[in-house]
Amino acid sequence: MTNQITLTIDEKEILVPPGTTILKAAQSVGINIPTICYHDYCTANALCRICVVEVEGARTLVPACVAQVSNNMRVRTNSERVIRARRTILEMLASSVDLSDAPDILAMLQEYQVDTNRFPEAEERKPSVIDDNPMYIRDYAKCILCWRCVQVCATDAQYTFAINFSGRGYETQIGTFYDKPIPETTCVFCGQCVGVCPTGALKPKKQWLLEQGLPPAEIVQLTRFNRSANSRCR
Amino acid sequence: MQPDHVTLTTCPYCGVGCNLELHVRNNFIYRVTSPFDSVVNHGNLCVKGRFGYDFIYSPKRVTTPLIRKDQQKPGRRHQAFGLDQWREVSWEEALEFTANRLTEIYQRHGSHAMSVYCCAKATNEDNYLLQKMFRTLFRTNNIDHCTRLCHAGSVVALQMAIGSSAMSNTAAEVIHNDVFILTGSNVTENHPIIALQMKAAIEKYGAKLIVVDPRRIEMVNYATLWLAQKPGTDVAVFSAMAHVILKEGLHNRKFIEERTENFEEFVASMEKFTPEYAEHISGVDRQLIIQAARMYAQAKNGAIYWALGIPEHSHGTDNALSLINLALLTGHIGRLGTGLNPLRGQNNVQGASDSGAMPWHYPGYQPVDDEQIAQKFEKAWNIEPGGLNRKRGLTTTEIIGSIGPNGVRALYIMGENPMMSEPNLNHTRHQMEQLEFLVAQDLFINESGAFADVFLPATSWAEKDGTFTNTDRRVQRVRQTIPPIGQSRPDWEIICDLAKRIEKRLNRPYTAYWDYTHPSEVMEEMGRLVPDYAGIRYERIEKVGLQTPVWDVNHPGTTYLFSEDFPRGRGKFHPLEYKPSAEMPDEVYPFILTTGRVLEHWHGGTLTRNSWLDDLYPEALIEINFLDAQKLGIENGNAVRVSSRRGTIVLRCKVTEKTTPGVVFIPFHFAEAAANILTNDVIDPQAKIPEYKVSAVQISPAQEGEIYKPVLSQKRGRY
Repeated sequence: MTNQITLTIDEKEILVPPGTTILKAAQSVGINIPTICYHDYCTANALCRICVVEVEGARTLVPACVAQVSNNMRVRTNSERVIRARRTILEMLASSVDLSDAPDILAMLQEYQVDTNRFPEAEERKPSVIDDNPMYIRDYAKCILCWRCVQVCATDAQYTFAINFSGRGYETQIGTFYDKPIPETTCVFCGQCVGVCPTGALKPKKQWLLEQGLPPAEIVQLTRFNRSANSRCR
Repeated sequence: MQPDHVTLTTCPYCGVGCNLELHVRNNFIYRVTSPFDSVVNHGNLCVKGRFGYDFIYSPKRVTTPLIRKDQQKPGRRHQAFGLDQWREVSWEEALEFTANRLTEIYQRHGSHAMSVYCCAKATNEDNYLLQKMFRTLFRTNNIDHCTRLCHAGSVVALQMAIGSSAMSNTAAEVIHNDVFILTGSNVTENHPIIALQMKAAIEKYGAKLIVVDPRRIEMVNYATLWLAQKPGTDVAVFSAMAHVILKEGLHNRKFIEERTENFEEFVASMEKFTPEYAEHISGVDRQLIIQAARMYAQAKNGAIYWALGIPEHSHGTDNALSLINLALLTGHIGRLGTGLNPLRGQNNVQGASDSGAMPWHYPGYQPVDDEQIAQKFEKAWNIEPGGLNRKRGLTTTEIIGSIGPNGVRALYIMGENPMMSEPNLNHTRHQMEQLEFLVAQDLFINESGAFADVFLPATSWAEKDGTFTNTDRRVQRVRQTIPPIGQSRPDWEIICDLAKRIEKRLNRPYTAYWDYTHPSEVMEEMGRLVPDYAGIRYERIEKVGLQTPVWDVNHPGTTYLFSEDFPRGRGKFHPLEYKPSAEMPDEVYPFILTTGRVLEHWHGGTLTRNSWLDDLYPEALIEINFLDAQKLGIENGNAVRVSSRRGTIVLRCKVTEKTTPGVVFIPFHFAEAAANILTNDVIDPQAKIPEYKVSAVQISPAQEGEIYKPVLSQKRGRY
């Protein structure tokens, strides 16, 4: 095929169609590049940077989930520089976010020999659980700001636009407009956001209650008012 | 939290047929996800699919067979919601009792006294068996289900004009439309996943949308044109579009010549439908009608999507014919991204219809009054020649209407709730009271089951195996995820157990056969009798469902229909006349009431009112336009009294731009203020579908204390 792109990834020469991302090109020959914010069915934004790779001639590391292949590109997915970058990203995540419900990331901490105490001065983000509706809870202490929930709520799926980023820098958090409780937003409770959340920050209410130690027999007996404790009823 | 197991199955709510993964721990479903590679819904779900399964565990669910303590007599039958009015019995006692009573009534009164409501929520296998039981044992065709109350007008029209009645496209094909018409369908609430695909088609693939609807539904935000018609004026609007297409020579002459018939008579009947005439009737600006006609006719790929706003009229068949005429006129059918698409409501309304839960048809739409067909089924079911009833049976509304000393005496209801879903409920109540014997097979004692003599506790969809057929004809697996709760049993098992007992009492020389060990055997039997299902085998649909027709075990299924020809040969144009709705607004009843559903609830509410979904939308609300509210002196949240010639309800109002002046909307899920107390039980003469979408009502302010069982309102932000 004439319009195929030739490149090497980790010394392997490969042929892929133009427009392919480095991530997908690597996957096609069985090279696994780690991802966190990336999701096959969401728009990729290269937010978490865990998928960075080294491209010969490039000044900076390149996020494989969005960077497209070009002819004669030479990519290294496991160089010392790449590994150091990934380790630092994981160390920063571990220092500020509760990753206990994110098994994939916990596995990465092991794999990259992460020092979870590298930033002892870091302040953990500990907002309290938002339990404002009967369908799902929002535990932003576990949120890594991957943006998937915002995207599926918007043009990746639902076109509902109930949530977005609020705040800046360290204060950034996913929230509703004017911090309204979810039932008072445009939310239609499709739970697309719960379906793509990688860290357990968004969770079905029943799963959360079960994890709180409530037996199923008690969960199903809850009444409208105690199953939506903080929701505002008029 | 790690699940004990995750089961792939099909959603039990709407006709989209989303694929679900149920995450289970200790037999408790705590999470629902969907595979992102699903061809149906691409990992997306709506609130009902993702969170609405919890009715399974409701403390109100009945899981023990029950018999009424007081014997019920025709004319004095009353509702019993409380368990104290029922006796818990064994399955043996419940089924013996039911078999005795049904047999006795059949032997005393004959076939015409027997009737059954099959269920568009139950599986194909359940429905096939229940219609088989009533046809083979009681020799009756008084077999119907809620399809009569939803798309009967569309089904009859499509059968008349092209000879098939399903969606002609796959739902996901909407991205191949250049222009599509959405009419009588509040798709964001009622087929939420198809709505996502429509939004993407518009926003990402450049499709243009024409909404024709009396309500300002959410999809109007995405529309190029919105034709805000008065309810019930569809024939005028769509025929005027046909008029414009003909006058401007935009029709597809080649297609008309090669694939249609009756064109000349049709053209003659369209002559009077000038845009001016249609504007006068429908209130839609004539320029909008002209623009819509041009847009649709000049599209490369045009398609029409409709739901119950079209068929639920006393002229519902004509409404649907006016849409079919447009497709035939422009040739927008039979190619990828072009077609006629009635969006089916229930998860398995397509399948229940395919399985023969119909008064005029055996499984596969094979007419009961066709001698050869009847003989084929007699052979298949071991019935003596001439044994099956050749007479067309009664439809749902006719069954209710015929209850009486010389009419229907016994009714068997599997999973339906006519006491919520029939029009003119005060009349329905009176008729239910006249029954001699009523069987309810369900999860809950709903408003209809409360009238029953015996209650047979069935399992939910998560506790049994089977198949559902979704709106785009895809036969998909339903899998048992958890063991039956309490003593409940799968519907197919209950039916077979009961049928054997009745067959024995009737001393039939040969059995029609009820010894199935698994629903897959039922599907194979159905496949031998229904050509469209001949190639369906459980092992072929383990991962991805097959779209009917599937002619044999090697056939890959059919994504879109009519590429070569129509089942009836040529597509037939139908000349049309505009007929006003049976009840038009007047001085005493000045508003038009239209009814429908909301996102968070399902039909008669048996499932969703017993789910946490109810928290999100806990009470009936009448939607009324700002201008009308101002005139009536009412504010958002006030109680109002709504009366028609048939009854009165009191409920809170929602003042909103979603409904147009002169038109009010009430969802029909709430027994406390049942919309169907108000609706008109006039029916379409051809399809027998009631006129749910137009009744004349009056509205006046009421006291908060007049609301029956008031609850705290839930604040809501969504449109």
